[in-house]
Amino acid sequence: MAKPAQIEIKDSPADIERYYREMLEIRAFENRCNMVYRQGKAGGYLHVYIGMEATAVGWLHAIRQGYDYIITAYRDHAQPLLLGTDPVKIMAEIMGRKDGLSKGKGGSMHLYDISRGFFGGWGIVGGHTPLGAGLAFGSKYKGEDRVTLCFLGDGAANAGVFFESLNMAALWDLPVIFIIENNEFAMGTRLEYHAADTELHKRGFPFGMKHERVDGMDLFQVLSDARRIVDYVRTEQKPVLIEIMNYRFAGHGAADNDRQLYRTKEEEEENFQRDPIKRLEKYLLDNNLMTQEKMEAIEAEIEDWADNVLAEADKSPFADPSEVYTDVYTDMMPEVGH
Amino acid sequence: MPIETLTYREAIRTCIIEEMDADDNVFVMGEDIGRYQGTFRVTQGLFDKYGPRRIIDTPIVEPGIVGIATGAAMTGLRPIVEMMTMSFSILALDQTINHAAKMYYMTGGQVSVPLVIRGPGGAANQLSAQHSHSMEGWYAHVPGLKVVAPAFAEDAYGMLRTAIADDNPVIFTENPGLYAMKGEVRTGEKLSIPFGKANVVREGTDLSLIAYSRMVHVSLAAAEKLAEQGISAEVVDVRSLLPLDEETIFNSVRKTHRAVVVYEDWKSGGFGAEIASRIGEHCFDDLDAPVGRVGGLNVPMPYVRSLELLCIPNENDVIEAVQKLK
Repeated sequence: MAKPAQIEIKDSPADIERYYREMLEIRAFENRCNMVYRQGKAGGYLHVYIGMEATAVGWLHAIRQGYDYIITAYRDHAQPLLLGTDPVKIMAEIMGRKDGLSKGKGGSMHLYDISRGFFGGWGIVGGHTPLGAGLAFGSKYKGEDRVTLCFLGDGAANAGVFFESLNMAALWDLPVIFIIENNEFAMGTRLEYHAADTELHKRGFPFGMKHERVDGMDLFQVLSDARRIVDYVRTEQKPVLIEIMNYRFAGHGAADNDRQLYRTKEEEEENFQRDPIKRLEKYLLDNNLMTQEKMEAIEAEIEDWADNVLAEADKSPFADPSEVYTDVYTDMMPEVGH
Repeated sequence: MPIETLTYREAIRTCIIEEMDADDNVFVMGEDIGRYQGTFRVTQGLFDKYGPRRIIDTPIVEPGIVGIATGAAMTGLRPIVEMMTMSFSILALDQTINHAAKMYYMTGGQVSVPLVIRGPGGAANQLSAQHSHSMEGWYAHVPGLKVVAPAFAEDAYGMLRTAIADDNPVIFTENPGLYAMKGEVRTGEKLSIPFGKANVVREGTDLSLIAYSRMVHVSLAAAEKLAEQGISAEVVDVRSLLPLDEETIFNSVRKTHRAVVVYEDWKSGGFGAEIASRIGEHCFDDLDAPVGRVGGLNVPMPYVRSLELLCIPNENDVIEAVQKLK
């Protein structure tokens, strides 16, 4: 993996400030999610993106937002935030409110903003990967040049349906990028305990698919790799399998409150030093792109923004009981229960 | 409206051709449907007519096929997935139930999945334990799916058109014993038969036989024999399990005061139990006898024909059930 110093950075200072703000927004938003979960204002399962911000920011700035398709599993808050979805609607959905993206019927794991090309938001490990191939199939069938990003976790890389998807994507030259976010843990099971070969990108090899392991912690490295690969897929109309190396700073989900069952505090401390936000801040300082004071001011501004998002979402009422039967079908009511 | 005599399989094929000609977004994918012409020859000739872009031979991976078709449907395409047999669709239950069927609800109505999954369901001839499932009752349990099981060529023709036009995922089950059966089909004007409409296919006054798919023909044969004994049986072809036309079923029961539900699936927990239960809930005061049920034996389908035939309901089983009604 290349070091950041070796990458030619073409992004303007204004762009870089935007990326920095977005990474801070994701983290601040996710911290609020953890908070509302602890307060009992969000239920079920909830999975935050803390520590992985550079991955989503880098990849989503490499695509044509609003045109290209994105699909992911249940660690899905960052993608719609970056695509410009109203953050209040995202938070409201996580809190099960009427004004949520799915009117409170989806929840944290099932966020969607189809108008922006974001297709969720799926809870069965590996289960959404053929849908990702199908999105790419759809755009290719129609003669469009959209690229589909299909994110999945390292745990999903063992799923049978994922292998089926890789085969069909390669067989039919589908313009999809499968991005394994390797954060080293499938829930509480470390990579070497769940994968016979821990170099997950090699799973593209038997299908003749271009495959690479890339860094996910340095924003500029991510941007550079993502742009190169997205360009390849759009031009060549062939799939790629990417394994992007991360570390999950938080537990698997908000309900995972004993991380020491599967990793030590020392290991965590070591990995927290790789924090993608701290790394970008160092770059901004070293290159005189931003002062410490400016960074602190931005951070304070974003903390306020996140508080405001939460406060606004909290104003929304819970879904009306009459909503329970709507949206099962496009054109009829389901069988009535009780 | 021209009337043609078509086999059940030809009726399905004719509808597919008409819909593919009308809309480029309609395509077919499945195992051996193209170059091999389809295991039951439903798709015969389509590969030569439309080529590999729209008649897509897939690897033998049912979850992957349903998943990729669901993804394609989310972009606005209208895929028709052929299951080589509905028995194999068991592999794809996660994609069908957990993904396709729930998409519209989980997105709060943002995107629907106009997908048809069709293929032979039920026993054929010595296909044994793993290839003889009736799956329609499993699917009719699932909110978000629509499930139909036409018994006649014209219904297959008209209901497949409705299925393709539907914006929701539809399970379209075709009993293998029906494919060669001929029937008059009103073609040429794109006949469309709505879901949720049962059909009284034989009128009677003494009892109602309620069935779907091939069991409609078994029930009709039983009704013929019962007539010889002076018993007038009405036969209701359910056609559509989800949505279910309760009114036509209940009206028949209210008229005859006796009912036997006939279905090929394992008797215990099958969809016939649901129909019987609803008759009990809604027509209790109209009934002169408990609702009878004829279903498949609750065993894995045996291979040898003599045992297999014991498992699949026939007209004598129906007559026996009728005779038990008091």
